[in-house]
Amino acid sequence: MKVQLVDIAHARSGDKGDTANVGVIALKPEWYGLIAEQLTRDRVRAHFAGVITGDVERFELPNLNALNFLLHGALDGGGTLSLKTDAQGKVFSTAMLRMILEVPDDRARTLGLPAARA
Amino acid sequence: MNSSTKADKVVRVAGGQGFWGDWLDAPRRQVEGGPVDYLMLDYLAEVTMSILQKQKERDPAMGYARDFIGAMESVLPAVVNRGVKVIANAGGVNPVACAHAVLAVARAAGAAGKVKVGVVTGDDLLPRLDELLAAGHALTHMETGAPLSTVRDRVLSANAYIGSTPIVEALARGANVVVTGRSTDTALTMAPLRHEFGWGATDWDKLAAGIIAGHIIECGAQCSGGNCLYDWRNIPDLANIGYPIVEARSDGTFTIVKHPGTGGRINVPSVAEQCVYEMGDPRSYITPDVVADFTTIHLDADGPDRVRVHGIKGREATDKLKVSIAYRAGFKAVGTLVYAWPEAIDKARLADRVLRERLDRMGLKFDQLLTEFVGVSATHGPLTPVTGEAQEVQLRVGVRSPDRKVVERFTREIAPLVLNGPPSVTGFAGGRPKVEEIVAYWPALVDKVVVKTAAEVLS
Repeated sequence: MKVQLVDIAHARSGDKGDTANVGVIALKPEWYGLIAEQLTRDRVRAHFAGVITGDVERFELPNLNALNFLLHGALDGGGTLSLKTDAQGKVFSTAMLRMILEVPDDRARTLGLPAARA
Repeated sequence: MNSSTKADKVVRVAGGQGFWGDWLDAPRRQVEGGPVDYLMLDYLAEVTMSILQKQKERDPAMGYARDFIGAMESVLPAVVNRGVKVIANAGGVNPVACAHAVLAVARAAGAAGKVKVGVVTGDDLLPRLDELLAAGHALTHMETGAPLSTVRDRVLSANAYIGSTPIVEALARGANVVVTGRSTDTALTMAPLRHEFGWGATDWDKLAAGIIAGHIIECGAQCSGGNCLYDWRNIPDLANIGYPIVEARSDGTFTIVKHPGTGGRINVPSVAEQCVYEMGDPRSYITPDVVADFTTIHLDADGPDRVRVHGIKGREATDKLKVSIAYRAGFKAVGTLVYAWPEAIDKARLADRVLRERLDRMGLKFDQLLTEFVGVSATHGPLTPVTGEAQEVQLRVGVRSPDRKVVERFTREIAPLVLNGPPSVTGFAGGRPKVEEIVAYWPALVDKVVVKTAAEVLS
């Protein structure tokens, strides 16, 4: 079953120089395990291919049912140098939540995951 | 009088400002909406120091966040009559002048003698920059590794991020308003907790708790329902949003609350969103006072609009301080035009091509030329799916160059497109785009021992 991250997590993002951070938090504690399995460094790197110029770092905060990603080279130089509308990386959060996850049907049922819309 | 034991003593620190430009009425609402012991106001972002430095160069009596003086006028009755103490990093690059302005507010209100202003200094490294470089402190860029000498002649300001200790000293000497320069945002909350609870400089877990309390409230309402994605439609009464308050206890546990009758929402998801904001490695949130471990934060619901925070661990601080250096880095301008249905995106794309061809023919060279189509893909770029026809599109073109003249010339090429480019165009009433000087940010580290902070109390 296809599941969109926006339906099972919320997120907030911000900047540090030319790096955007994206914190992804499971909407329900029981969904954290699945999100942590699916959102590997490689998967997030692939998702942001063509959007960021640097590498991705990944950190786990199981205490908050959250993951934190650092997206390097995300902000066109960062801060005041950046010409981007989103120079401070404020909406990388929802860009992350566009991600579509492929979850085996039985697991999706057990966890009560909503199917991706359209 | 407070007859409770130290163990049940609760200290309330209210966050009243998340950046210079935040809600002007928030500080007054925080001191009038219910009991608070301290009002914490954070005014400084990375670029703010350089703006203040430019103001100080024009007028030596300036260089601090003027909004703070208005805030002090609005909270003065609470300070004078109810003993609320105020801690703010509004001092910018001129904390002493800021303190005198606060004293003038007190005098004008007939409250001279009732306001003692603590001033924290020592963070400003600009006058010492060449001395530090000569002594072998290279102040290399933390990300690129480049030495500061590459931009030395363009440096506007240089400030070390300093910790809670000088603020604690000012409070111990009886200050009821403390003004700092580039103190860390989190130190403004942690310092009063150290002062009230007598936490030692090596009580790592408690200091870490103070830092995390500060991190949660330093962006104002961003932890109490503002900019909160979780269940955003149902967050009540944003027009009347309550800013956050830390109710802290001596054991390092605390509760995030807001005043009764205010809007917004404090729950585990709203606080969790703020916890991960601007986070690096969560195990090592490095501050001058302590290294806090965000993987030890536990959040529990504790009734309506109350979240209890506990379990926090910290470890010894490093022997370095971060230095925020601002330097002149050329010029930029951004021009916009709006294209209407039908085929709005195609018109905007053609206008962009026409503009680029003209710039090219003039031989104008930019370090960067960026086009975005607002309403189509400006925020999420290539991740944006194509979903039907955009009904209107804003063409947004930005340029950057070390040469002001080149950027200036660009700003004259936008308006002509209204008459000599693709049709159905509007939205140019703002006139020619403004050329802005870019002040860029250079993060570096310096040995802690070379930064000498001081606290004095003026009245």
